Amino acid sequence: MAREKTKTRRRGLRRAQRRPEHVTSERRTKPPIVELRRATKIYPGGTVALERVSLRVERGEFVFLVGPTGCGKSTLIKMLIRELEPTEGEILIAGRDIATLPAERIPYLRRRVGTVFQDFKLLPSRTVYDNVAYALQVIGASRAEIKRKVPDALRLVGLADKLSSYPDQLSGGEQQRLSVARAFVNHPPLLLADEPTGNLDPATSIGIMQLLYRINRTGTTVVVVTHDREMVDKMRRRVIALDRGQVVRDQAAGMYAAEESTTEFAARIREEMGVEGPTGLPPSGPKRPYSGPSELFED
Amino acid sequence: MGRVFFFIAEGLRALRRAGAPSAAAIVTVAVTVLLLGVLVPVLQTTSGKTEEVRDQVGLRVFLHDDATQEETDELGAQLREIQHVTQVEYVSKDQALEILRDRLEAEDKEDLTAQLPGSRNPLPASFNVKPDDLDNINTVRAAITPPGESGEPAPISPIIEEVADSRDEADSIKSVTGAVKWFLIIIAGLLLTASLLLVGNTIRLSIYARRREVEVMRLVGATNWFIRWPFMVEGLVCGAIGGLIAIAVLFLGKEAVVDPLSDSVGLISSGDTIAFARLVILLLAVAMGVSAIGSGLTLRRFLRI
Repeated sequence: MAREKTKTRRRGLRRAQRRPEHVTSERRTKPPIVELRRATKIYPGGTVALERVSLRVERGEFVFLVGPTGCGKSTLIKMLIRELEPTEGEILIAGRDIATLPAERIPYLRRRVGTVFQDFKLLPSRTVYDNVAYALQVIGASRAEIKRKVPDALRLVGLADKLSSYPDQLSGGEQQRLSVARAFVNHPPLLLADEPTGNLDPATSIGIMQLLYRINRTGTTVVVVTHDREMVDKMRRRVIALDRGQVVRDQAAGMYAAEESTTEFAARIREEMGVEGPTGLPPSGPKRPYSGPSELFED
Repeated sequence: MGRVFFFIAEGLRALRRAGAPSAAAIVTVAVTVLLLGVLVPVLQTTSGKTEEVRDQVGLRVFLHDDATQEETDELGAQLREIQHVTQVEYVSKDQALEILRDRLEAEDKEDLTAQLPGSRNPLPASFNVKPDDLDNINTVRAAITPPGESGEPAPISPIIEEVADSRDEADSIKSVTGAVKWFLIIIAGLLLTASLLLVGNTIRLSIYARRREVEVMRLVGATNWFIRWPFMVEGLVCGAIGGLIAIAVLFLGKEAVVDPLSDSVGLISSGDTIAFARLVILLLAVAMGVSAIGSGLTLRRFLRI
């Protein structure tokens, strides 16, 4: 029964996509995967977290969001999955204003936007394996699918030997990697990572970045919040800098390095940052190649 | 189908892991159900008894001695026609005398009827008329003796000598049984409210301890019902265990205390008391229903993220 409901809702989503403004759009280009239009967030009590922020992230981009603590980075991420709603302005995901999503469809948005939370948000009563599996159970994945995908995801983040540990038995870095694994296990078209390397040593940080880069290369749009300046500089990707709730710098593609493979990428970063030795992650990729993201909303 | 098993497994898992809050919920349910289990039969017996008392009150229509059989039959039919009348019973002169003799004998008094000259029977024949409810007794009376043109009561048949209804008795029974009825309704209402609040509160505590977990589930894209079902399964199981404990205690109490007593105390053995099997099913259903629905409802406030 639940499945049938899901189907009708998806159909509803598709129908919404066929609304006139999209059909009559002459260029018929796909809308940017993330678009903020003068988004403002004022917390109760008067703190202004974001002030008239406008920005676009195109499909397939790898974007860093940087800025000092309290500049509104995390608020922005929270608004993208509608954990928070903007006080003013619009937030569009794949061309759709998410403020117009009815409450019962919010879960469907969140399933298609993988999120690595700053405080991990793991389920304390579940094992490492079950934490990742939950993200698949939520979307109604079959048991076989779960059995196939979960170990893969955990191997990618280097937690293959901790399947039956509980989150409180893991180190901070391991919890973070678990959070990453959960965020991308169902191959979301958009991956948001709030400080994914915040608690990690440089070697592991590079490993995570390499992982995010690998995910990005399969077509997933990745937005990474960080204040690790050094890492950002080395990665040579688009950087959006926030300060006191406003965009103060948006440095785009000009600095992009030529297309490099993930191994080359990792090697270069490691060299430039002066880190040697293993990253804590397995050197090779997953057994099965990462298949790339599904569409955010079916067109 | 896979989903159903998943939800059941999830509910049971949560139950195993959250031992203390679950135990608290089970104990609360058990105590509440025990209370209900004792009070339901008590309330039922009491209300059964009051009904019985109310049933015994009726009107007596005394007839003139010269009434013919035809007239009597006609009046009987007329009485049965009156609205709110459930039962009309004819008591002949002989039967009335018989009843008086029995009563005197029962009270160990001298049989005065033997002294009647020439075995003359002074007692009148009568109809016992029972209204469907005590509250309607005056309506029935008015129907038998409607006020005539001069204001004097004019009976519907000339053979009626008098209509007696022991009015004072009826009035006092009416007010007492009415009060008892309301008292019972209020007690039952209070008890039900108290049990709902108690169970609800315990469930809220156990869910509050897991509100972070619920938040995380929401943020990774679980729908409200996906989160809610395991909690409801948990409530269902808690309710079932608590209910069974209470029923076991009730059964022991019934075997050890009530059954031996029922031989000597008439109140307990009175027929209206609910059958134990039906009581068990009722209590179990209430316990499980309240716990499961309570869990589902309480969760609502944590699902607003």
